[in-house]
Amino acid sequence: MMIYVCRRLLLAIPTLFIMLTAIFVLVRLVPGDAASVILGDQASAASLAALRQKLGLDQPVHVQYLAFIGKVLTGDLGQSLSTGHSVIREVLLVLPSTIELAVAAISLGLLFGLPLGIAAALCRNGWIDYVARVISLVGLSFPAFVSGILILIVFAIQLGWFPVLGMTSGSSVLERMRSLALPAINLGIIMSAYVMRVSRAAMLGVLTEDYIRTARAKGVGPTRLVMTHALRNSLIPIITVVGLYFGTLIGNSVLTEIIFNRPGLGKLIIGALNARDYTLLQGLMIIFAICVIFINTLTDLIYGLVDPRVKYT
Amino acid sequence: MSSATTTLVEMRPMSLWRAVAQNELAWIGLILLALVVAAAVLAPWLAPRDPLEQDIVARLQPPSAEYWLGTDSYGRDVLSRLLYGARISLFVGFVSILTAMLIGTSVGIVAGYVGGLFDQIVMGVLDVLLAFPTLLLGLMIAAMLGANLQNLIIAIAVTEIAPFARVARAPTITLREREFVEASRSYGCGPFRIMTRHILPNMISDVVVMSSLWLASAIRTEASLSFIGLGVPPPAATWGGMIREGFENILDAWWLAVFPSLAIFAVVLGLNLLGDALRDASDPRSSAR
Repeated sequence: MMIYVCRRLLLAIPTLFIMLTAIFVLVRLVPGDAASVILGDQASAASLAALRQKLGLDQPVHVQYLAFIGKVLTGDLGQSLSTGHSVIREVLLVLPSTIELAVAAISLGLLFGLPLGIAAALCRNGWIDYVARVISLVGLSFPAFVSGILILIVFAIQLGWFPVLGMTSGSSVLERMRSLALPAINLGIIMSAYVMRVSRAAMLGVLTEDYIRTARAKGVGPTRLVMTHALRNSLIPIITVVGLYFGTLIGNSVLTEIIFNRPGLGKLIIGALNARDYTLLQGLMIIFAICVIFINTLTDLIYGLVDPRVKYT
Repeated sequence: MSSATTTLVEMRPMSLWRAVAQNELAWIGLILLALVVAAAVLAPWLAPRDPLEQDIVARLQPPSAEYWLGTDSYGRDVLSRLLYGARISLFVGFVSILTAMLIGTSVGIVAGYVGGLFDQIVMGVLDVLLAFPTLLLGLMIAAMLGANLQNLIIAIAVTEIAPFARVARAPTITLREREFVEASRSYGCGPFRIMTRHILPNMISDVVVMSSLWLASAIRTEASLSFIGLGVPPPAATWGGMIREGFENILDAWWLAVFPSLAIFAVVLGLNLLGDALRDASDPRSSAR
């Protein structure tokens, strides 16, 4: 087990390097260079040169690359150009609300998607199956900002059940839950569509297996059959989807945070874009990359826990 | 992997079409798509007004007999902008998917055919690309390159290369070992000819089947980037851009955001319905469902 975990963690290292290199290259693809993007067309030659020196852009590329990697590995992501605070500080400030949103969305997704998917698989081609499939297709077809706006218009503006303007600061748990509800539902709908599809497909696959027939022949009741025999064996694809969806969730949370005016990584990224805050953007990309690698590795490790057939070698 | 290959070798376009034609949901998808394509092509004749013509007196008019879908904050006709917006969404979607298909499929075939270390490195890079959130990748590229039509297409194409490469690579690995490829190799066929004449035709339907689902994703990304402000710059009418304007006026003009939202939803739903049907039809394991 320990060997498996170590191997998996070691595998994450080259991936991290590829990601960091890709980010380094991407940032240097800017037409002109970073300094001229940050300062705009009107900048004087002197201020451009000064900023280039500050950002290290006057150095040869390989020196810049090594300096970049070195800084990232020591946890230094630079300073935000617009606020002057370190990128890490900016991120830590808003990270809790993004995590809060992500956890709520994933929980909602599992809460609705999993039972719906199982029910659809059990009543294959029946009306539950049909309705579930249409619902999931509709859920998959809404870009997060489109569904977000429609939800906002209906539930916050027309019906007035929820606050229109995002998070209220320092409020009670109940208030927090209330402001979290709409954004979480918005992401949760998309999440449950993914989960429903996958759990339905996985269940259908497992239900045709011989050991299910055997269990049924032995007289195992339907509830026990699904809960103990079928569900556990169909968990792997479901975990994969939850893991993979994490990336999509980050992307969608950017849009959701704009719509519902919530602080978070998404709003931070848009702020950085508008302010041409180049170091903050680069830092955010690195943090997203690390998050993605972390979640992928975690997903792989959970496979081993859920399915003893996954070899720890 | 092997099942997909054997299916597709036997699966001819006509039988694929027949299987799709029996699926009611696929028909709904086709009709939705046909409507949007017709709107895009016929926009100059269908649009009641010039999509860029401003009329400050008639700003923020709700839907009425004169303005079917209302007007925006510059007094422009929402229906006309919606029709012209279909052109940009579909154009950006198609061009970026074609670009991604061309590059991704080539990369996938070469990686699968050459194999070895080259394959491992290429797939490693692509896996990283695949793991990174599509929207953020597109957002970063568009932000770095600057917001215009060409850069938008590049940004979306890059996000869709990796899935194409994966789908092209998997059948290539098995096709590489098949007798007919072995035979042509013994005749003295070069690798380029084997890849283009023998491997590509046997896996292209796999790629085409998936491309309708990824076209949906490309159109979604285009709308999202336009919404963020990284799309085709104003005053051009884009659906994402219209929703952005509508969002700014959400408290007093709901129609600005709602109609383009429904348009995006219709296109993406149509492509998903069609794509699902195509995929089910090409995969016998799922078509039984």
